[in-house]
Amino acid sequence: MNFGFTEEQELLRDQVRRFMQDACPMSEVRAVMKGATGTSPSLWRQAAELGWLGLTIPERFGGIGLKWVDLTVVLEETGRGLCPLPIISQTLAAAALLRCGSDAQKQNLLPALADGSRVGTLALYDEPNWVHPDAIKLTLDGGRLKGTKPFVADAGAADLFVVACRSSGGFKLAIVDRNAPGVTVAVQPMMDETKRIGTLTLDVALKDAQIMPLTPDDLAYLSDCGAVAVTAESVGAAEAALAMTTAYAKERIQFGNPIGKYQGVKHRLAEMFVDIESFKSLSYYAAWTVDDAPAELPRAASLAKAYASDAFARIGIDGVQLHGAIGFTAEYDIQLFLKRSKWARPMFGDSDHHYERVAALGGL
Amino acid sequence: MDFEFSPKEQAFRDEVRAFIKANLPPARQRNTDFLTNWLTKVREKRWVGFAWPKDVGGADGSIAEQAILKEEMALAKAPPLGTSFMGLAWVGPGIIQYGTPEQKKRFIPDILDSKVSWCTGYSEPNYGSDLASIQTKGVRQGDHYVVNGQKIWTSGAPWADWIILLVRTDSAPKVKHDGITCLLVDMKTPGVEVRPIENMAGDRHFAEVFFTDVKVPVANRLGEEGKGWSVTVSALANERSSIGEVTQMFDKLDTLKALVKNTRRNGKPAAQDPAVRRRIAEFDAKIAAMKYNGLRYLTKQLKGEPLSSETSVNKLHRASLEVDMDDFAVSLTGQSGLELKDGAEAVDRGKWAKASLSWPNVVIGGGTPNIQRNIIAERILGLPKDGSD
Repeated sequence: MNFGFTEEQELLRDQVRRFMQDACPMSEVRAVMKGATGTSPSLWRQAAELGWLGLTIPERFGGIGLKWVDLTVVLEETGRGLCPLPIISQTLAAAALLRCGSDAQKQNLLPALADGSRVGTLALYDEPNWVHPDAIKLTLDGGRLKGTKPFVADAGAADLFVVACRSSGGFKLAIVDRNAPGVTVAVQPMMDETKRIGTLTLDVALKDAQIMPLTPDDLAYLSDCGAVAVTAESVGAAEAALAMTTAYAKERIQFGNPIGKYQGVKHRLAEMFVDIESFKSLSYYAAWTVDDAPAELPRAASLAKAYASDAFARIGIDGVQLHGAIGFTAEYDIQLFLKRSKWARPMFGDSDHHYERVAALGGL
Repeated sequence: MDFEFSPKEQAFRDEVRAFIKANLPPARQRNTDFLTNWLTKVREKRWVGFAWPKDVGGADGSIAEQAILKEEMALAKAPPLGTSFMGLAWVGPGIIQYGTPEQKKRFIPDILDSKVSWCTGYSEPNYGSDLASIQTKGVRQGDHYVVNGQKIWTSGAPWADWIILLVRTDSAPKVKHDGITCLLVDMKTPGVEVRPIENMAGDRHFAEVFFTDVKVPVANRLGEEGKGWSVTVSALANERSSIGEVTQMFDKLDTLKALVKNTRRNGKPAAQDPAVRRRIAEFDAKIAAMKYNGLRYLTKQLKGEPLSSETSVNKLHRASLEVDMDDFAVSLTGQSGLELKDGAEAVDRGKWAKASLSWPNVVIGGGTPNIQRNIIAERILGLPKDGSD
């Protein structure tokens, strides 16, 4: 019985923390945020060399062959520093190939995702707030993918798009190259500049090798993986927001005392701690089910994402509020965590979606 | 990360399951002798005081085995392992840690045999959460202390045989937490008077306890004079695994779901109401969070790391669930939810109505939610201490 991490996993955590401190401090995050793509090729190369991009890809496809629990360790730490790298998208593109692809498709693409030479992303739903097969609208007809795919995560950085679509033969995943004729990418201005979505305009002919089948179970699995990944990043980001707000409450003096002495402040901080501890535990369990108890993944992912979506959003708002006016400034970092919490909330389903699923899975 | 138990632990789980199968008949087949027999049998297995050292009658059960025992008993909805609740929860552990050999011999077997029930004399009319300020006096006179003062909100006092009592033996200590002494007092001692207080649910579980020139032998002092605060703190810190609690909360959630399925609201089945479904799922998530928080803390203990104040996290969840689940049931069922036991339309024979008035037993008893928030804020987050000291 060990609901904790191994020594190797703790070493991995230290490695990511060092990377974030040395290569990707907040000054670097802010510099990348202002760039055209919202990501950094040099940081990407370093992450690739450290093996994080192929963490969950088996060794025979060029990856490290670790589990989602290991990935959780990485995402928690990159989330803590608002790392602007599309590691979640990369991992989900790989998860889609691993789950739905043929051996040839895997051989062809996974090594390039594992070594970072390609940047992948997965786009499932065409409605902004509906995690459901009916929310897939893009149509594949006679081998031609024509229409738009909105809400594509990390669209500015990605060059390999795995997009869900419907066809007369059921749902499919199409593998689309950014540079193929008939593909245009419009990156949207976003509240959280480290997480830019884009809209693909597509009019492309696909070869069979670019199409994978997608069952409703696959769709649920990939959405759950997405929810688990977003929750893992949220754990680290929420902890950082709490640490920042706690430090401020210790040094800001009003009425002759640090404001953290007053229960109105300290109790809110304690409640943040309670919530983070809780969705952290749910997040770890959900990550464990991905590889070790897939039958429990739907419930576990929904519990974690539901709790985290609401709690992190509240922590973002209250973190700014407890800072007073300085928290409202662009210069101060707490506002970046508020923006991140708002990004995380709808990703792969908000709390209404996931609580409804928990109720249904629980027999209501 | 894994949830497997070792072969030895698994064998222990099998042993517990086999015992339950052999000794726990369905509720309706349990006669009046059942509980007595059950208590004798679990005592023979040394499952009462399972974690306690062998020389005082415990089993020195490992942390993993304690968790297994609690989980299996809760899953089987078995009666408690011993009925001396406070004796088992903190009086016993306090005596084991601080007691003299004579005190151990005298008090521990009766606790294990469910022969003696204990109550806890901490709170006073003016000092509840601020426990270190208590005023009840103990004055040393030869081989005994003379105790004068008053305790209040003393749960179980109307039927308790003994009380673990905090008294002030030094009225001007340098530090507020010094000068408090812990005494073990027979409730039949002359000068002890119990006046039960009716609570809002109509029960008389707690009481005022008055002490007028009560003579307590020095031999019944637990720990050193003036060091009662550390005795209390370490006894209360005798944290129990929350695994059994979580199983009970999931059981309660199941009964709440059954209620939802049997209830109509606004002319429609309540189970179709999105707001109702969401509330149930939120309870589910909170209990699941308690479960996995508990497993993380258990893992810490198994690795030999001491638990600190993080157990306050689950206490806060427990408190909010205790209040909110019953309140939700009452609210869901409208006016019928307000009818008590014998009401014509009473829901589940008034069970939810009654429970919705009984939560302070759990929520206030072990330290109020605001005290738990202080503990987290001060001990974990390192924020400045509240209050004057």
